[in-house]
Amino acid sequence: MTLALPSVKVCSWTQDFDAPASLATYVAHGGYQALRRVITEKIPGDDIIAQLKLSALRGRGGAGFPTGLKWSFMPRAFPGDKYIVCNSDEGEPGTFKDRDILRYNPHQLIEGMAIAGYVLGAKVGYNYIHGEIFEIYQIFERALNEAREAGYLGDNLFGTDFSFQLHAHHGYGAYICGEETALLESIEGKKGQPRFKPPFPASFGLYGKPTTINNTETLASVPWIVQHGGQAFLELGKPNNGGPKLFSVSGHVNKPGNYEVRLGTPFSELLEMAGGVRNGHRLKAVIPGGSSAPVLPAGIMMDCTMDFDSIAKAGSMLGSGAVIVMDETVCMVRALERLAYFYFEESCGQCTPCREGTGWMYRVIQRIEHGQGRPEDLDLLNSVAGKIGGHTICALGDAAAMPVQSFLKHFGDEFAYHVEHKRCMV
Amino acid sequence: MATLNIEIDGKPLQVESGDTIMDAANQAGIPIPHFCYHKKLSIAANCRMCLVQVEKAPKPLPACATPVTDGMKVYTRSDYAIQAQKSVMEFLLINHPLDCPICDQGGECTLQDLAVGYGGSSSRYQEIKRVVREKNLGPLIATDMTRCIHCSRCVRFGQEIAGVMELGMAGRGEHTEVMPFLETQVASELSGNVIDLCPVGALTSKPFRYSARTWELSRRPSISPHDSLGSNIEVHVKDNKVMRVLPRENEDVNECWLSDRDRFSYEGLNTAERLTWPMIKQNGQWIETDWQSALQFVADRLKTFAPEDIGALSTPYRTAEELFLLQKLMRGMGSGNVDHRLRHSDFSLDALATGSFWLGMPVTYMSRLNRMLVVGSNLRKDHPLMAHRIRESVRWYGELNLINAHEDEFLGKVNAKRIVPPSQLAAALAGVCIALAELKKQPVPPVAAAYRAHGGLVDDIARRMAASLAGGETRAVFLGNMAQHHPTSAQIHALAQEVAQLAGASFGVLGEAANSVGAMAVGAVPHHGPLRSAAIQGRNAAEMLAGSLKAYLLLAVEAELDTHDPVTALKSIEGAEFVVVMSPYKGKSLDYADVLLPIAPWTETSGTFINTEGRVQGFSAVVRPLGETRPAWKVLRVLGNLLGLAGFDHNDSKDVLRDALGDTPTGNVQAYLCNEISGVAAAPAAPGPGLERVAEVPIYQTDAVVRRSPSLQRTLDAALPVARMHSQLIARLGLTENGRVSVRQTGSALTLKVERDDHLPDNCIRVPCGHPLTAHLGPMFGPITAEPV
Repeated sequence: MTLALPSVKVCSWTQDFDAPASLATYVAHGGYQALRRVITEKIPGDDIIAQLKLSALRGRGGAGFPTGLKWSFMPRAFPGDKYIVCNSDEGEPGTFKDRDILRYNPHQLIEGMAIAGYVLGAKVGYNYIHGEIFEIYQIFERALNEAREAGYLGDNLFGTDFSFQLHAHHGYGAYICGEETALLESIEGKKGQPRFKPPFPASFGLYGKPTTINNTETLASVPWIVQHGGQAFLELGKPNNGGPKLFSVSGHVNKPGNYEVRLGTPFSELLEMAGGVRNGHRLKAVIPGGSSAPVLPAGIMMDCTMDFDSIAKAGSMLGSGAVIVMDETVCMVRALERLAYFYFEESCGQCTPCREGTGWMYRVIQRIEHGQGRPEDLDLLNSVAGKIGGHTICALGDAAAMPVQSFLKHFGDEFAYHVEHKRCMV
Repeated sequence: MATLNIEIDGKPLQVESGDTIMDAANQAGIPIPHFCYHKKLSIAANCRMCLVQVEKAPKPLPACATPVTDGMKVYTRSDYAIQAQKSVMEFLLINHPLDCPICDQGGECTLQDLAVGYGGSSSRYQEIKRVVREKNLGPLIATDMTRCIHCSRCVRFGQEIAGVMELGMAGRGEHTEVMPFLETQVASELSGNVIDLCPVGALTSKPFRYSARTWELSRRPSISPHDSLGSNIEVHVKDNKVMRVLPRENEDVNECWLSDRDRFSYEGLNTAERLTWPMIKQNGQWIETDWQSALQFVADRLKTFAPEDIGALSTPYRTAEELFLLQKLMRGMGSGNVDHRLRHSDFSLDALATGSFWLGMPVTYMSRLNRMLVVGSNLRKDHPLMAHRIRESVRWYGELNLINAHEDEFLGKVNAKRIVPPSQLAAALAGVCIALAELKKQPVPPVAAAYRAHGGLVDDIARRMAASLAGGETRAVFLGNMAQHHPTSAQIHALAQEVAQLAGASFGVLGEAANSVGAMAVGAVPHHGPLRSAAIQGRNAAEMLAGSLKAYLLLAVEAELDTHDPVTALKSIEGAEFVVVMSPYKGKSLDYADVLLPIAPWTETSGTFINTEGRVQGFSAVVRPLGETRPAWKVLRVLGNLLGLAGFDHNDSKDVLRDALGDTPTGNVQAYLCNEISGVAAAPAAPGPGLERVAEVPIYQTDAVVRRSPSLQRTLDAALPVARMHSQLIARLGLTENGRVSVRQTGSALTLKVERDDHLPDNCIRVPCGHPLTAHLGPMFGPITAEPV
C-alpha cells in the first residue's frame, strides 16, 4: 500500500505528492486497504497484536514501550465503553515529527486508529492535538470529514457491524497535557494535571473507562504493519527496535527537518542527512531525544546508533526522536537556563517537588548565567535535581531533573568557569 | 475481599486487598507523615510527604495512593524513605514564609510539627520567596495564602463534602493558587471545615484570629445546641471565656465535620447584650436585684394567678433538664400549659400521637439510602450535616425526590421534584401516594384518596417519584421543618406515613432543633410526658399565644422571632399581667417582661440534648456562668421550692435527668420515639384565591445565640430579608425586579426589596421569618398581599 518495499518510509511517504494530506492521494496508494481487510475479513484482534509484538514497534512518544504489549493490557472483552486515544500533544522542545504526520499523512493515522478501535473494542477515538499548532488541527479535521464522507469512519464500516467514531480535540498548548493522564483530564474538560497511577488508563482511563493511549507515529505505523506483517517492519529496524523512525533534527545543522530512517542508523549518517553541522563548526553536544533527554557530548554521540537500546546504553534516551544538535558556539549554561525555564514554566504545580523544585533550579541556573553563581551552586543543583527525580506523580519531574544532571555531568567545567569568571567559556 | 499478608517496618500485618499502604499503617499504628491525605477525602497524592520505600519498587511510592499487594514489604523509616520525605519537606519549606510566631496555626500546624522531624535547621534556598495575594473568603475564613502548600484538601472538601466547588486551584506550577472562583465569599454552610482541614496557616478562623495561642486553651467536650444533629464539639476556653469551637470527632453523629452555625455561634456568648443580673421592672424602670428577691418576687406573683391562667413556653434549644423542670413546675402548680413548639401551627396530631417524632433511623443510615423523599425542608440550611449525608447517599447512586414550596439548590442530583405552594404540600404528597398505590397495585389509602378531587395530582412527576420509591433497598421518607410548621402538618404527616408504608420505607421527622426530641420525651408539651395526668389539661403553644393567659413564664423565648405568628404572640404577651423571662440575653424582652432572670447558655450549664435519632448526649459546663447568671435548672428548682412544690430537691443536673428519664444511662428515650399515628381524617383544601406566604427561618436566625454571632451575621446567608417571587408574579403585580414592594399580612405593612425567583410557585411570596425586620408581618404561612410602593 503506502510504500513500495524496501523504502524505509512508513509514515512520511506522502510528503512528495501534490496533495499529500488528501484522501485521494492516500487511497490511490493503497490507503485504507488494511482497515478494509481487517474489518471485512474479521481478522482476530489477537492476530494483529501478535504481529505488533513481532514487529517490535515501540512507542514513538518517548517512553519506547512495546505497543503490542500495551494493547494486550486492554481488557478487550470488557462489555462497556472503551476508548482509543491518540497523543498528538507534541509539546517538547525539539520535537516536531507528529505535526508533519498530521500535516502530510493524516489518513494513515485515522486508519491506524480505526484498526486500533477494532482490535481494542473501542467504538470511539480521540486525537488530542497540541494547542499551538491550530492549523494542523484544522487539517486533521478536514481529513476526518473526508474519511467520514468516504465511509472509513462512522457506523457499520464496509457494511459490517463495526462502527468507529473519531474526534479531534485540540488542547491549549500546555506541555503537561502530553502526559497521558493529564491529556485524559483535559479531554474530560478538567484542568490538565496528571493522575496518580495506578489505576492505569487500560483499566481506568477516559471517563473512567478502559483506554489505550498511543503516540501519533505509533498509531500511524499500524496500517503498514497490518499490511506488510510484523516481520517486514522489524526488518526495517533492528532487533527489539522495529521499524524506521522519524527524527526531528534541529539546532546547528544545515538542513534541519524530519528524517525517517531505520532504527539502528548511525548518528553520523543522520547528521550527514541533515547537512552536517552548520558553518563548518565542530559538534559539541547532542540532546538525542527531546529536551528532557540527558545531553550527550559529541564524542559519545558520534559512536551511537539511533535506536532505543544504543542511546540508553550511552546514558540518554531516544525519547521522541528529537535530535537537538549544538555546535561549539553554544554556552551550555545558557542552554540549560533556557531548558530549566521551560520546565519551570510548564510544571503543572500539582505535586510538591516539581512545583517548588523547578523554580529553584531555574533561579540558580539563571544566577550562574548572569554572573551571580556561587561555588556551592553546582552541588546544590545536582542535589535539588536528585530530589525532584523519582518523587513526583508524573515524569515531568524526571524530565526537569535529567537535563540539569546531565549538563552538570558532562559540562560541569563550563558551569564552574561561569561561577568563577562570571562569563561564558565559549 | 481477600486478606493479604504484608510487612511494614518488619511488622507482619494482615490487610484487606484494596487497602492502601496508608490504611494498613494506620491500622497498625505506624505513623506516616502526610499533608494532602485525609481519610474523608479522595486521594490526591500530591504533597508527596508520605513517600515510603517499597521493596522491589524502582522509586519511593506514596503510601496514601499505593494499594497493598500480597507479600509487599514496606519501609517507612529506612534511610531511603526518610531521604525522600526530607526532600519533600525541603521543597515545602523553601517558599513557605516560616512566619510561625505570627501565625494562628502555630502550635497546631502539621507543617510545623513535621518540619521538626524532617526539616533542616537552616535553608539552602537563597532566592526570593513566593508571595501570594490574599483572597477574600468572607467573614469566617481568614487567609494567608502565602503559607499554602497546595495540598488541595480545601478544594476537594468543596467538591466532595460541601457539594459546591467554591475554591479551586488556579494557575500552574509555582503560580498555582487556591482561590475562590468569584472574588466574593465562600458561602457554603459547611465552609468552616476547611479551617480544620488546612494543614498550615493558610486558612484560619477569622473570628478567632489573633485572640489566643492554641497552647493557652483548655479543651472541653460539649454538644452543639443548634440543629437536631447534636454535633459533638470541643469548646476551647481561655480565662473563663469561650474562644472557639471545633468539631469533636464522632463517626455516628457529625463525623469530623461541623456546620458553620455550630462552629461560629460561640461569638454570641460574649456579647454585651448578655443579661448578667436578675432584674425587676418597677414603675417602668428596670432595677437590678439579687436572686433571692427576684425569685421570691416571681413566686409571690405566680401564686396570685389561677394555674390555668399561667403559661410556660420554651424554645426547643434548651436542655432536657430545664424543660423537664419547667413542665414539672407547671404541672406541680396544677397547669398543663407548657409547650416548646413555638413555630408549629397544627396541633391536631397531639390527640393521636403516642410519642416523640424522630428521625426514624440512626443518623448514619442517612449516608447509605437508595431512595429518599424529603417533604417541606430547607435541607442544607436547616440540617447542614444531615444534608451532607443525604448528598453522600446521592453520590452512591441514591435517588432523592423533593416536595417543597421553594427550590433552593441542594447541591446534588435530584431525581424528581415538585414545587407547590405550602398549602398544597399535602396534595402533592397525596399524588405520590396514589401513584405509588397504583404502581404497587395496592388499595389507595383513604387519607390520600380524598385528595383526588382536590389537587392530588397523579402526573408524570408523581409517577416518577413513586417509581423511584418503589425501587432500591433502603428507602426513607423525611418531613422537614416547613412540613412541621405548616397548618396542614397533620395531613402531611399522615400522608407521608402512608407513602412510607406503601414504599416499605422508613419514615422520619427531621428534628427542628437541638432538643426537639428531648422536649417531647420529658413532657414539655401539654399532651404527653411522664408526669402528664389526664386530670390536668393544658394548652398548646398556639393557644397560649392566642391571648387569654394572664401570666407567662418564658424560657429563652424571643417572642417576636421564635414564634409562628409573632404579631399575635407579642400582643398576647404584652397584654398579660405578669411576664417572667428567663434568658441569657436582654433583647426585646426589656419591653414586655416584668422580671428578667439571667440563665446560662449551654456553655455555662450542664445538661442533656436528645438529638433527632434519640441519642442522649449529656455535657458539662465549659465555663463559669457570666456575672450573676445561673443554670436554668437551678433557677427552676429554687422556684419550685419557693412555690412549695414537691419533688424539687435535685442536687445536680444528673438528678434532674434521672427524675425525667429514669435510672438507665440513656433513660428510656427509645420507648418515647414513635412517628406512627392513626385516625387522621383527610381534610383536603384547595389553594386560596390570593397569594400565599412561604417563610423559613434563616439559617443564622434559629436561636438567640446564633442571632448574636457577629461573624455569622455578616455572611451572605444572613443578608437582609427580601421578598422573592416568580417573574410572572412580579409582572402581574406591576412590580420591578430589585425594586420595592409593600407586603402585608395580619400585622403592619412592610417594605422589602423584590427579588426574582422563578423556582417559586407563581402565587407565592417568599419572605423569611425569625428576622427582626419581618417580625411584625404575621404568621409564617397563609394569605399575604403585595402592592407596589
